[in-house]
Amino acid sequence: MTSAHAAALDTAGDVEGRSLWQDAWRRLKRNRAALASMIILGVVAAVCLIGPYTLPWPYDAIDWDHVEAMPPNMELGHYLGTDSVGRDLLARTLVGGRVSLMVGVLATMVALFIGVTVGAVAGFVGGRVDQLLMRLVDLLYSVPLTFFVIILMVMFGRNFILMFLAIGAVEWLTMARIVRGQTLSLKSKEFIEAARASGGSTAGIILRHVVPNVLGVVIVYVTLTIPQVILLESFLSFLGLGVQEPFTSWGVLLNEGAAELEVNPQTLIVPAVFMTATLFCFNFLGDGLRDALDPKDR
Amino acid sequence: MTQRILDISGLNVRFATEDGEVAAVSDVSLHVNKGECLGIVGESGCGKSQTFMAVMGLLAANGKTTGSARFGGIDLLKADERTLNTVRGNRLAMVFQDPMTSLTPHMRVGRQLTEVLERHRGMDAKAARAEAIAMMARVQIPEPERRFAMHPHELSGGLRQRIVLAMALLCGPELVIADEPTTALDVTVQALILDLMRELKEKHGTSFVLITHDLGVVAGLADRVAVMYAGRVVESAGVREIFAAPRHPYTKGLLACTPRLTDAPTAVLPTIPGQPPDLQKLPPGCSFHPRCAAVFDRCRAERPALAEGGTLNACFLNHTVAA
Amino acid sequence: MWSYFARRLLIGIPTLLAVVLFCFFLMRLAPGGPFDGEAPVPPEVLANLRARYHLDDPLWRQFFSYLGNLLQGDFGPSFKYKDFTVTELIAQGLPVSIENGLSAIILAILIGLPLGITAALAQNSARDYAVSGLAMVGIVIPTFVTGQLLILAFGVWLKGTPFQLPAGGWNDGAFLNRILPVTVLALPFVAYIARISRASMIEALRTNFVRTARAKGLPYRTVVLRHAMKAALTPVITFLGPATAFLLTGSMVIETIFQIPGIGRYFVQGALNRDYTLVMGVTIVGAAFVIVANLIVDMLYAVLDPKVRYE
Repeated sequence: MTSAHAAALDTAGDVEGRSLWQDAWRRLKRNRAALASMIILGVVAAVCLIGPYTLPWPYDAIDWDHVEAMPPNMELGHYLGTDSVGRDLLARTLVGGRVSLMVGVLATMVALFIGVTVGAVAGFVGGRVDQLLMRLVDLLYSVPLTFFVIILMVMFGRNFILMFLAIGAVEWLTMARIVRGQTLSLKSKEFIEAARASGGSTAGIILRHVVPNVLGVVIVYVTLTIPQVILLESFLSFLGLGVQEPFTSWGVLLNEGAAELEVNPQTLIVPAVFMTATLFCFNFLGDGLRDALDPKDR
Repeated sequence: MTQRILDISGLNVRFATEDGEVAAVSDVSLHVNKGECLGIVGESGCGKSQTFMAVMGLLAANGKTTGSARFGGIDLLKADERTLNTVRGNRLAMVFQDPMTSLTPHMRVGRQLTEVLERHRGMDAKAARAEAIAMMARVQIPEPERRFAMHPHELSGGLRQRIVLAMALLCGPELVIADEPTTALDVTVQALILDLMRELKEKHGTSFVLITHDLGVVAGLADRVAVMYAGRVVESAGVREIFAAPRHPYTKGLLACTPRLTDAPTAVLPTIPGQPPDLQKLPPGCSFHPRCAAVFDRCRAERPALAEGGTLNACFLNHTVAA
Repeated sequence: MWSYFARRLLIGIPTLLAVVLFCFFLMRLAPGGPFDGEAPVPPEVLANLRARYHLDDPLWRQFFSYLGNLLQGDFGPSFKYKDFTVTELIAQGLPVSIENGLSAIILAILIGLPLGITAALAQNSARDYAVSGLAMVGIVIPTFVTGQLLILAFGVWLKGTPFQLPAGGWNDGAFLNRILPVTVLALPFVAYIARISRASMIEALRTNFVRTARAKGLPYRTVVLRHAMKAALTPVITFLGPATAFLLTGSMVIETIFQIPGIGRYFVQGALNRDYTLVMGVTIVGAAFVIVANLIVDMLYAVLDPKVRYE
């Protein structure tokens, strides 16, 4: 960025007193890819949630008259065809989407919770606590954590809660680093000093002043973590270590579909389109949010 | 007649940003005579650096220029990269303001000097080394041989700035553009660098453009001064006239803001009220009118041209007398 | 500089020890044992088995005997592959996985770096958008999908043409058998490296020192190669550390799809079979690799950044 541009932005901010969030929203609105992504994500989520109730076939029901893969057939109500044992593909994809999105969001929330807590505490308390926590983060960085997710999944049974807890427990590292950095730079700012001087407790200051101010980076990072988690879930499911029958997820469906790609291409194409569209949108939205919240990045 | 070494005429610099176009420099005409030092003064963001970035062909990718900047028979604004590269660092050099970031961190400073000589003088490594060390000694870098092999981060800010200066002077340029060359330095180093520039000007006839917001530096080195505000030149005159009898209210304000040793220590330093305008939303008429104490109706409606009126300035107060 | 490496190395050892400790106790905590097989095992046989594998000793003793064995390169017997020790399985699988991983990384650098750098040099051009788009595709589409697609394309559709490639199997590492798996393994890395190098080159081109270099009248090529390139490479190098960890998970996928006898496949098989010793062995070897890779990255870092060297 040029200094003239910077100067222009600075003065614009000062003169009109626009808030960070209004400014960011204005910039985001101008980013068509990000805006479209937001809409598509909303639609995908809504369809996955509501869609299955409106379809003629439940996701786990076998169409006993046609126990074989079928291309899209409107009359029978298999709008996007069926899988190799005659289950409705659209219903399965939508229900699978619920699972994938849920794991994505919940695991990210777990990561968010751990990461923000560790990062904010390390950055704010500083000193030995900071050193200790950051050493731990460094240590965990140099360990192949996917292995541990798999070990956990194997040992404690392959259930949902464990899956997003395990994934969340390995995805928080970057979040902790980012939040710590932000907190450190915020710590020296006047309003924190003021809160301190007026006798606020550490926990109170972190909650009331630090957390809201690191929200920007956190939102960006959350948006970019969700697709990573969805990918990780699909990878686990592919290895047979993720979601198990009768449940399904995009990863499971992709795996089933990939095996039958040659004879029944729709079994791969349908879930693949849903999943990649979702992942694309999260990534575009994340990039867009980053640009909007941090114009220096441009 | 004095020879004009750099002649900028009708220069406009526009940046296309996501928030619309920013007019960083508007209709600037300036010239530098051979052997003189032209001081460019103004607040940050007034376009003084961008004017000369444009001249050097170093604008950011979203910057566009119109107008001309003639230097040694070439229009620098229209020259292609290849032609520019025969001039830059050779006959026309620039000293940047931030010595901490202006040097490539992963290269030894010696190499960063010799590559200029290899490029423009066709010297071999050995000759370039000798020449570079000699130049380092000239800009008063102690132990130049040892410093030659160091990386920038091993040098102090003052030493780095001298390296940057040495780099600019290596090929004996006709014109040196110095953008805040002393801002980041402590006073003794500042004096040293200014002395060096004065010596070059007087002994070798090197011309300088000195971009600064420090009027003290200008008073010490410049022959003529141009004052810029919101992307335009608002006043231009000899250094004595500017300091003795400034005509534009902005120049007056700037001078009033500068502390003097003769002031009483308790005196309150006056300031110019308000802030420089947003270049995207310039006020109509004179850009300075919202901050001007002497504003009247015409200033809000019409932009004063740069015209003769005591000095060359852009203020109706001085023009009405003449007109 | 050497003390810097020594320090990094010294941090690596406790890390590895922590991994071993964590793995060990996690395994012991696990409900269900390796002998909960298909057919119920008579109690006396079970007791024999437990004794043979020292499962009845106190935990700390088990741990130290395991650690002692580890130091001698003995990962213990495999619970499932009864005729092999874990050490033998790893010795078989590791070279295969390393070869594929290294080939993939080299391939990814050779393709990703030029893509990213040239995109940065022509920022906002059609070329730039194409590279960014492709990078996004490479990151978003799971390798097990691209893998199956390539198998279908080169193994089935192109069957009988000169472009036909083996769709699986290792064939003792014949060149043709390596092409598809290495390509699939490399794809996400091509994408990441292109993305990272593009961003870092754009940043490097905006630095003040690149501006200084241009003001010196150096040709743009020289400015880019001599002044900007090293700064742009640093984030790419940094990425290579975590990349090793990704590579390990990536090899689980490709070794499963293409039936390659590498450690990734052993890990997955071990995990599915609750083959504790095998899973632990592979995890420890994997962790050791990631730690070593990070160490190498630190060394490269010092070569690129003189500041690190002198501290």
